[in-house]
Amino acid sequence: MIKLIAKRFLSALPSLIGVIIVTFVISHSLPGDPAAYFAGPSATAESIAETKARLGLDQPLPVQFVAYVGDLMQGDLGRSFNSGQPVLTDLIRRLPASFELTLYALVFAIVVAVPLGLWAAVNPGSWIDHLCRGTVTAAAAFPSFFTALVLIFVFYYKLGWAPSPIGRLAIYFPLPPTITGFFTIDALIAGDFATARAALGQLILPAISLGLFALAPLARMTRASMIGVLGSDFITTAKAGGLPRRTILWTYGFRNALLPVVNILGMIFSFLLGANVLIEQVFGWPGIGSYAVEAVLTSDYAAIQGFVVMMAILYILLNLGVDILNMIVDPRVRYDD
Amino acid sequence: MTISASIKALSISALIASSAALPAMAQSRNDVIIAVGEQGPNSLDTQTPTSNDYTRMVALQVYDRLVKHGVKTLEDGTQVYDKTVVLPELATSWEVSEDGKELTFHLRDDATFHDGSPVEAKDVEWSFARAVAAGGFPLIQMGAGSMTEADQFEAVDTHTFKIHVPDGNKLALPDLTTPIPIVLNSDLALEHATEDDPWATEWLANNTAGGGAYNVARWTPGNEIVFQRFDDWKNGDLPAMKTVVYRQIASAGTRRALLESGDADVSVGLPPKDFAELGAGDKVKVIGVPKQSAIVNLEMNVTMPPFDNPLVREAMAYAIPYDAIMENAFYGRATPMYGADSTEYDAAWPVPSPYSTDLDKAKALLAEAGYADGFESTIFLDLSRATVREPIALMIQQNLKEIGVDVSIEKVPGSNWFSKMLEKSMPMAVTSFHAWLDWPEYHFYWTYYGANNSVFNVASHVDDALDAQIQKARFETDPDAYESEIKSIIGTVMTELPKIPIAQDYMDVAMQNDIEGYVYWFHTFLDFRTISRAD
Repeated sequence: MIKLIAKRFLSALPSLIGVIIVTFVISHSLPGDPAAYFAGPSATAESIAETKARLGLDQPLPVQFVAYVGDLMQGDLGRSFNSGQPVLTDLIRRLPASFELTLYALVFAIVVAVPLGLWAAVNPGSWIDHLCRGTVTAAAAFPSFFTALVLIFVFYYKLGWAPSPIGRLAIYFPLPPTITGFFTIDALIAGDFATARAALGQLILPAISLGLFALAPLARMTRASMIGVLGSDFITTAKAGGLPRRTILWTYGFRNALLPVVNILGMIFSFLLGANVLIEQVFGWPGIGSYAVEAVLTSDYAAIQGFVVMMAILYILLNLGVDILNMIVDPRVRYDD
Repeated sequence: MTISASIKALSISALIASSAALPAMAQSRNDVIIAVGEQGPNSLDTQTPTSNDYTRMVALQVYDRLVKHGVKTLEDGTQVYDKTVVLPELATSWEVSEDGKELTFHLRDDATFHDGSPVEAKDVEWSFARAVAAGGFPLIQMGAGSMTEADQFEAVDTHTFKIHVPDGNKLALPDLTTPIPIVLNSDLALEHATEDDPWATEWLANNTAGGGAYNVARWTPGNEIVFQRFDDWKNGDLPAMKTVVYRQIASAGTRRALLESGDADVSVGLPPKDFAELGAGDKVKVIGVPKQSAIVNLEMNVTMPPFDNPLVREAMAYAIPYDAIMENAFYGRATPMYGADSTEYDAAWPVPSPYSTDLDKAKALLAEAGYADGFESTIFLDLSRATVREPIALMIQQNLKEIGVDVSIEKVPGSNWFSKMLEKSMPMAVTSFHAWLDWPEYHFYWTYYGANNSVFNVASHVDDALDAQIQKARFETDPDAYESEIKSIIGTVMTELPKIPIAQDYMDVAMQNDIEGYVYWFHTFLDFRTISRAD
């Protein structure tokens, strides 16, 4: 197992190096000059040159790149112009917010999509199947920020059921002591149920807006996989053997159908983490998505690079995790040495 | 001083400490103001070149200046600052020498910083020297009052401070009210200075060393900043609000919803359409004041044909659909700057231009200039202000088509706008300028003055005679001569017309009906020190 993990890490290195080079080149070729941006109203050729020198942007690109990689080796992602903080600090502070939101979105998507997919698979071609298809198509068709604004309009503005979309916690609640970084869990650990409830309340609308996005792949995957399993030989055998329908569906069908679904969960999680970008803007969520948007808008090189490198590492880790999980769940899966 | 964001260390324990160091939040909503806006500070230190605009908002609450402007109430009840009145803040009295070259300030005896240490002249001297040493914007702003060298500042004794202004610039005193010459606790800051960082910029970016009405209780960059009242503040009336929370909400739609449902007390930076709609309703109130010394123009590069021909520029001035722009781009949240009846201008800026929409006249002028068949060009605009600027450009494009001029529209990302302006490569652009110091010649110095060819002179307009007039007006001491000089400058810029004035936009703020004490300031930031909630 350890050998496998080490091997996977080694094989991920080239992609990581590629990501670092590509993001460096792309972010430095973005239109925009951070020195001019910050010199702002006082921009004169001299003051911009001075700011450039201060930011180290007057060096030729290869020199900047070597300096950047050198810092990277020491875990230094540089300093963000926007927040004025080290990028690593920013990301570590913001990551739990995005993770918590993404996790809840994923839970919502699973709870809705998996039963919907199963139901549709058991009754293919029926109205249930069409309902399933219609729902997921509609959910995937609306841009997530639009769904988010509509949800805010209806449930917060019109009905007043949802709390104010002002971030992770309404202003009057104390921040729970940081243990996991997930407000809902930390508040529960601290025994502060009111805060936990408030944090959960803040999560509902953004998690739904984000989760709707993942409905389509999950439901379609579940449906296809279940239909495939139900058509396979062992199910026919089980049916011929006269096993009750419930046993066939759940014990033999469902468990086997779930394998490919588990497989893509890792992918969907990372995909949702990326889709956070717009949702976080709308809900004032202090996560990494809104951080990335702000960074791109102001050509904040260090922050863009840091964000992409971190996402690349996360993707690699997630995929590794899914593979390992797969090996444990499904004895047939072996990654040969 | 407990700035929560103990950001330097990266361990988990540091993160735990940061969230545990909570301000003792007032439990009653009556003591708290919740304000929302799109962006926030990227530092707690206004005196560095890379600090963004919102650090000025922090500086206003957390640090004191020597003097402040008075406040006057307009006929409609709106409170605005009064540039003609200078009042004590940290200085209780001051003398300006006859020639304006020496300013002497007497500091309040019992004023203290947040840590309880007394505010002394040496702190002021160190702070001002720090502002000019910073370079970039802080130096430019100090330079507006002709303060550019550390040796111009002198601590005479513990409570007397002197500024030497060699050219006797009249803007030196008003410049001291801006959020750049602030007073820092030099002893505290110097404890954190290092050999490489003698001005403690590293430390002051994340910590405060002030004596202002509020201190920062918590700052989460990119998310929120929480101010806590400093109860021992001596330099003005103690603010009514114990706690001020400013949260960044990127989406304007969300900010409006928060305000309308009462969860936020104040919102800045909504699109004009939202301000117009909110102002028409009675749920919340909108206070809008035309931004002083501010103007939105259509600017043409006079070095590029066909705009090197004054007749073409005049034709453009007659081709702009002014009324439609006021209605469909500004939604009425601006003052028209066109259609004046005469060319007898007031000695003020901005003033309406004598031009209004007249396509026949525009056509005739084009023909006279030799462009009867029109020409092609491009209008540039700042993408980060596209809400207002894009409709302006589109409406101009439509009108120009009718006189045979075919323009395309190019949107420049906000991060690139300043470098684009500096390149002076845009043939036409929707531009604006807003000056903190409300003197017409100061505005012209940044926008029309050819000798410094500042970034705001997008038109690349250079006219030596105009430069001489502007320079003369800056140092004019005779009020009558000053008035005629300003009028003459305005006459010149209105006929040479490198920039076609369109409108003076409003500084709008929307707030709950029970919020009182909002004052419009030249810097346009919220000053929470005067804001209160009606009982």
